Amino acid sequence: MSSLSKYLSGKWLTVYAVVYMLFLYAPVFLLPMFAFNDATIISFPLQGFTTKWFDVLWETQALHGAVRNSATVAISTAVISTILGACAARASARYRFPGKRPVMGFIMLPLVLPEIIVAVSLLVLLMQLGMSLSLWTVVAGHVLICTPFSIAILSSAFQGLDNSLEEASFDLGESRWGTFRRVILPLVMPGVVSSLLICFTISLDEFIIAFFLTGTDVTLPVYIWSQLRFPTKLPSVMALGTILLALSVVLLILAEWFRRRAAKKQGIEASAGGFM
Amino acid sequence: MAAIDANDIIVLSDVTKTFGTFQALKGINAGIREGEFFSLLGPSGCGKTTLLRMIAGFDEPTTGTIDINGKPMAGISANKRPTNMVFQSYAIFPHLSVAENVGYGLKTQKMPKKEIATEVDKALDMVDLHGLGDRGAHELSGGQRQRVALARALVMRPKVILLDEPLSALDKKLRDQMQVELRSLQQTLGITFILVTHDQEEALIMSDRIAVMFEGEIAQLASPEELYRRPRTKRVASFIGVMNFLDAKLGSQDETTLTINIDALGPVQVPIDIAPAGLNPATIDAVGIRPEMLTVLGDGNDNAEHKVEGEVTGTAYYGDMTYYTVQLPGSGEPVTISMRNTAGRSVLPAGSKVMVRWGAESVVLFE
Ligand SMILES: Nc1ncnc2c1ncn2[C@@H]1O[C@H](COP(=O)(O)OP(=O)(O)OP(=O)(O)O)[C@@H](O)[C@H]1O
Ligand SMILES: [Mg+2]
Repeated sequence: MSSLSKYLSGKWLTVYAVVYMLFLYAPVFLLPMFAFNDATIISFPLQGFTTKWFDVLWETQALHGAVRNSATVAISTAVISTILGACAARASARYRFPGKRPVMGFIMLPLVLPEIIVAVSLLVLLMQLGMSLSLWTVVAGHVLICTPFSIAILSSAFQGLDNSLEEASFDLGESRWGTFRRVILPLVMPGVVSSLLICFTISLDEFIIAFFLTGTDVTLPVYIWSQLRFPTKLPSVMALGTILLALSVVLLILAEWFRRRAAKKQGIEASAGGFM
Repeated sequence: MAAIDANDIIVLSDVTKTFGTFQALKGINAGIREGEFFSLLGPSGCGKTTLLRMIAGFDEPTTGTIDINGKPMAGISANKRPTNMVFQSYAIFPHLSVAENVGYGLKTQKMPKKEIATEVDKALDMVDLHGLGDRGAHELSGGQRQRVALARALVMRPKVILLDEPLSALDKKLRDQMQVELRSLQQTLGITFILVTHDQEEALIMSDRIAVMFEGEIAQLASPEELYRRPRTKRVASFIGVMNFLDAKLGSQDETTLTINIDALGPVQVPIDIAPAGLNPATIDAVGIRPEMLTVLGDGNDNAEHKVEGEVTGTAYYGDMTYYTVQLPGSGEPVTISMRNTAGRSVLPAGSKVMVRWGAESVVLFE
């Protein structure tokens, strides 16, 4: 009896897992499917294999501008967030100061705030300050949501850093800067790279903040959204989506690989912290 | 207070350290001589590491001064001091090879690569790690890591090497071996070593002089032999080895001798100069005798000067030694007596009536 119920519950668990995975990833698989489908209308049955939608992408000038904008925003966001994240992670790993917990909590808050709220409040703030919207206001918004991720990744790197390594370097006659360059940086480098990649990916894919805070220059997701109004452009949007998807997956895998390497370098259990 | 000599390489004067409201060091005065092996010995939390870190320059004293090599060290940071530290965790740089670890400090001095390589090889030879320069930090055993940490300090040719419990992570056998090696290396090189340890045996084996610390103060600073034979306080006496304490009072005194009435043993005359400086004989309330200074005589046919009857209440056999617990006359605590198990000497069972022999010269006075 009990083994039967065990069997049943085991079976249901499998069914549940399969349905869940389908629900989660089936739409994602539709993207490449239609990107290579030889028809203007997005519907089954599939018509045949083509790469012409990718060729269309090459010829669309407006798209190239959007790619450049997105690259600018994503790279700036990645660099700024990682620097801010490194400072915060270091401070939190190294120093005890009054109110440290609430301060760290507030920094991490954007991680769980709905993006639409962040976007709207930033828009209101910028308007009040009389600032004009541009790619840089998008960068500001993206830094706000990326920094918590950067802190989370870099915290594990900085926390694993044995304080006595710094002291040993200092004791052997090295300066503060030299110690940073020769000991700290190499040890946290994989974490830094991981943070750069994650922030880059988040910024590249982010839509709501970019939509609210951008001026006349649009980023890639905003461009894609604007193209959805034209049914004929839908297949090429699918192609673009496929490229973005592939890029994001590669970047995230790379990021995790670097994070694990950092942990391993310091001899920490790799499964602690991180997102994957 | 230890006499401070002009030749001392390190002079600590009234050094205190306060963390918040907690006073970790309460006025340390000591001089450390050039070329000696000096140990800071004390129980956990007595401030040994705190003191060592202030000598290294990782921390500043709250009050008081530290002079190294005749120069006051206030405001001079660790990277400018003629000291090098061997950390308890070894602090081997995990991303560098053994040779890069050892050569780390020389590289900061902008020494040419070739010279660094020769110096590193020499240092690795000194610590018996010949040919391991290319190993990664992760490919080393605990003992090897310890040697790398030592080589990394030695290669800098510092005036003073500071060691914070360097052997505590090693197993007993390796620790015993490293104690001997460290000591002979120190004697060959003639560099001043300051060792922090809570292991009294380790301190006795390795040191020229030992400062015993309790709760942020130096209780006694002396050679291992003097510490063992003439501990100044009961606390030092029981921290270093085993000591039997017997209640006692001053009987009478003249210029050269004190007559002490020991409750369990009777009166004894001791030369006045065995009393520690500053001890007022009238305040004596106990004497101490080490277990090996007492002898159990099977049948009491020995015509020793001082002997007393007792009863064996316990026996612990250690192979080469036997430890007896013996109740002496009176109501005091039983004493511990250690006897070497030489040929023809049998182990006495509990309940045996024995004579206990002792010598006046082995008595330590306490107030
Ligand atoms: N940074 C600090 N802040 C507050 N208290 C401290 C700090 N460093 C040390 N202490 C306190 O000072 C006292 C002495 O510490 P220290 O590390 O010098 O002890 P120790 O003699 O080296 O002990 P152990 O044998 O356990 O290493 C301890 O009670 C410790 O809690
Ligand atoms: Mg300590």
